[in-house]
Amino acid sequence: MSEIHLQIDGKKVEANEGMTVLEAAQSADIFIPTLCHHEKLEPFGACRICTVEVEVRGRTKLVVSCVYPVEENLVVRTRSEKIDRIRKTLLELMLAHAPDSEQLQDLAGEYGADKDRFEKEASFCIHCGLCVRYCAEVKKKNAVGFVDRGIRKEISFIPEIASKECNSCKECFSLCPTSYLQAAFVLTEALAFPRASSQTALKK
Amino acid sequence: MDIERIDQIIDKHQGVASSLIQILLEIQSENHWLPREAIERVSEKLHVPLSRIQHISTFYKAFSLVPKGRHEIHVCMGTACHVRGAMRVLDTVQDLTGIKPGETDLDLKFSLETVNCLGCCALGPVMEIDGKIHGKLLPSETADVLKSYE
Amino acid sequence: MVRLNSPEELEKFRQEIVSKKDTNKPCISICAGTGCLASGASEVIAAFKAEIKKQGLKTDVDTKGTGCPGFCERGPVVVIYPEEICYLGVTSEDVPEIISQTIKEKKVVDRLLYVDPTTGEKAIHEYDISFYKNQERNVICNNIKIDPKNIDDYLAIGGYSALAKAFSRMTDEEVLSEVKKSNLRGRGGGGFPTGRKWEGSRNAPEKIKYVIVNADEGDPGAFMDRGLLEGNPHSILEGLIIGAYAIGSHEGYIYVRQEYPLAVENITLAIKQADEYGLLGKNILGSGFDFKVIVHQGAGAFVCGESTALMTALEGRVGEPRPKYIHSNISGLWNKPTVLNNVETWANVPLIINKGADWFNKFGTEGSKGTKIFSLVGKITNTGLVEVPMGITLKDIIYKIGGGIPGGKKFKAVQTGGPSGGCIPEELLDLEVDFDELTKAGSMMGSGGMIVMDEDTCMVDVARYFIHFLTDESCGKCLPCREGLRQMDKILTNITKGKGKEGNIELLEELSKTAIEASLCALGKTAPNPFLSTLRYFRDEYEAHIREKRCPALSCKELISYYIDPDKCRACMICLKKCPAGAIDGGKNKIHVVDQEKCTKCGTCFEVCPSRFGAVKKISGEPVPSPIPEEERIMIRKSKEK
Repeated sequence: MSEIHLQIDGKKVEANEGMTVLEAAQSADIFIPTLCHHEKLEPFGACRICTVEVEVRGRTKLVVSCVYPVEENLVVRTRSEKIDRIRKTLLELMLAHAPDSEQLQDLAGEYGADKDRFEKEASFCIHCGLCVRYCAEVKKKNAVGFVDRGIRKEISFIPEIASKECNSCKECFSLCPTSYLQAAFVLTEALAFPRASSQTALKK
Repeated sequence: MDIERIDQIIDKHQGVASSLIQILLEIQSENHWLPREAIERVSEKLHVPLSRIQHISTFYKAFSLVPKGRHEIHVCMGTACHVRGAMRVLDTVQDLTGIKPGETDLDLKFSLETVNCLGCCALGPVMEIDGKIHGKLLPSETADVLKSYE
Repeated sequence: MVRLNSPEELEKFRQEIVSKKDTNKPCISICAGTGCLASGASEVIAAFKAEIKKQGLKTDVDTKGTGCPGFCERGPVVVIYPEEICYLGVTSEDVPEIISQTIKEKKVVDRLLYVDPTTGEKAIHEYDISFYKNQERNVICNNIKIDPKNIDDYLAIGGYSALAKAFSRMTDEEVLSEVKKSNLRGRGGGGFPTGRKWEGSRNAPEKIKYVIVNADEGDPGAFMDRGLLEGNPHSILEGLIIGAYAIGSHEGYIYVRQEYPLAVENITLAIKQADEYGLLGKNILGSGFDFKVIVHQGAGAFVCGESTALMTALEGRVGEPRPKYIHSNISGLWNKPTVLNNVETWANVPLIINKGADWFNKFGTEGSKGTKIFSLVGKITNTGLVEVPMGITLKDIIYKIGGGIPGGKKFKAVQTGGPSGGCIPEELLDLEVDFDELTKAGSMMGSGGMIVMDEDTCMVDVARYFIHFLTDESCGKCLPCREGLRQMDKILTNITKGKGKEGNIELLEELSKTAIEASLCALGKTAPNPFLSTLRYFRDEYEAHIREKRCPALSCKELISYYIDPDKCRACMICLKKCPAGAIDGGKNKIHVVDQEKCTKCGTCFEVCPSRFGAVKKISGEPVPSPIPEEERIMIRKSKEK
């Protein structure tokens, strides 16, 4: 594995080819906030909180560090006025959904995000995708997935699979930053899990 | 739709996972909607998780997970039609049929959808019913057009 | 079925086809594109065939349903060869007269000709019509000459000669070189140099490479690709094979949106016919080069027009775009080098190979060579597909070709670039259309949709329309796009409903900045453009909506009231009877009054009030005048007897 030399926040960092900027930063104990990232899962690049500024071949651009691959002589800045402003707005958009989320509140404090900037939204899912991806990539059960697109996108349990697998697993529950996942599960269980007794009742 | 026909469609595309969308399009085209049994069969034969098919069948607007009405009304909301008053045509259709886009009436007579550009911009505003294009439509004319469908 | 095993055999076969054609024999070409079919072209074609049979002229006259010639406003379009007489708005009732007058007696049917709106002159030939005269129709000109369902027609006009030239007289490197030299930039919206894209893939070490035709054409109001794919599918196929040869790809995909069933039908048939002739498949024209192409249909998602989302859809998954940190020409479909180009880009390739890069460079501006097809739609007299050299002014397109704004209305703006583009106001009408000029003005070229707007169009509503469109079409994966658009949609909708607040504009600007800077793909990054450009040029409209609750264009339903001017009302009862809400009070001799409580703002009364009265007005931003006293509403009509 060839060695790549880059600079993060003025600090010289050595990384291996194929690593992402986030991985390189974490290996050098430089903190970059994340929400949709998980070490056991493929990088998702959805929350954009890990956005950093990179300078390569004289040009500066904004990229998400969880996906962007390290390059020789890359110069990375993890904080700046622009980055902080972006993170603040992103947090405010998420807080409109889940104002009580501890994880969001911690970050909000750091970036001065106002949880009342936007009108409250009905769903407290922030679409980090951790539940869906964990069930697909780690557990390989695919009991929960996404439906629809755009502003109507949601997570949805597959009742036939969830009724068999979830009660003995629930490993994804601790990943959810807002507890929406647990609420969705309970609702699906109540409304849609196939019940043997009711099916025989219907047949009569 | 029977399992045999579904299997035929799957085999026609060599049962390859990348043909998933093409397979579902064929089932949708023949059956006018995707019943649960069809989705489960496709998931089984293509070795594709149900969650993925669920996402695909809700992400792409060509698919319907509920039965459609006898007549599918498509009101074009493309920019050219919008600028020529498509919103008012849509409002009138909604009032007359009692349904909103994405819905089907209780008699299963009409299903209403908005579409983003049928490519007939010269005839805007455009409403398409069962493949027939009604162009240069005025809201006051929509009642007569809809009456002609049983 | 002939199988052509060498360029020489192709030439020989072409000569055979051409020699069988009698150039003096009349041929009636009727446009059979989706637009004209919707206007009744199939009845016209059937009527011609029946009349010709009835008159016993079957061996003397040819008829054919052809590709779209672009003058969609005046369809069904009929062109009679060899004279190139052009008839517009033809119905089946006109057919017997056309046969007896034009075909038999060589006389022109005057009333079906184009009339110039300013000079009143009639134009007999297609090339005399001002709509066509001012265009440069390099790519689309062949549509009217061929039946797209018949490969022999394409061969007769020189089709596949570029392919033969590439295989017999050029190396794959020379083909690439010629395309680079032409400076052809992608016609799908990005405007990326095509030659450079091809070169990146050609040089990539992977053995398996793909080429893709992007025929998703999701921009509402744009139908250029439909016109080309339906009307001349072989031209795209030929360009694709040449490109595959230059790059070293042996497998191609054509991704067509399923909302274009005729395009799917015609390209599928074209592939079958090309395959039968040995122009596709193994050892094409004996060159040793193999190439196969598969058609995939879209399933109704605008985002799949984005190249990485399209590739994801081809892989059988939801159309979620991927980050472009590694370009798709290096790692694209199935992570292999993939060249994706738009329909119009591919259609330009055979021309460049046949006529040379130097010829191509004669058209256009310094930074944008060649021609571009636009779909000119909206509030414009001559709606249709127009092909113009880059560098032509917007003014010329709208007035010389488009015939100006109908109904005596005033031009307000022209929107280009679809949901990623912006609106260009009157003061910039002298703008020379090319990639960079449009970007400088705050818009972009986009795929070619050109939507003309007049004084009745509310620019705040235009911004709301595009943002709302994207809230549904966004894939929804990344935050700045999904949530940013969600909030922008809410705010803009409130503004159009009179619920706008101070600070809204600044908040919209901040959400725009976040989307531009942090979105995953180009859909999110360009989503704010319609808002930003309308704010730039029409800020006063935003301020009127927010501060005065007034819509200057008198368009936003919640901000307008319909009022019948008692001085103009003649109590004709037309609006009263047509009002679907029963909101008009009045009678045969009683001046009508709109009950504002019952009025649903449908606008029917405004539509139906006879123009000689013009009594119905739209008011915005001010209270509706109180009705005049009952007694004054009674009309005393002059007696008819003297």
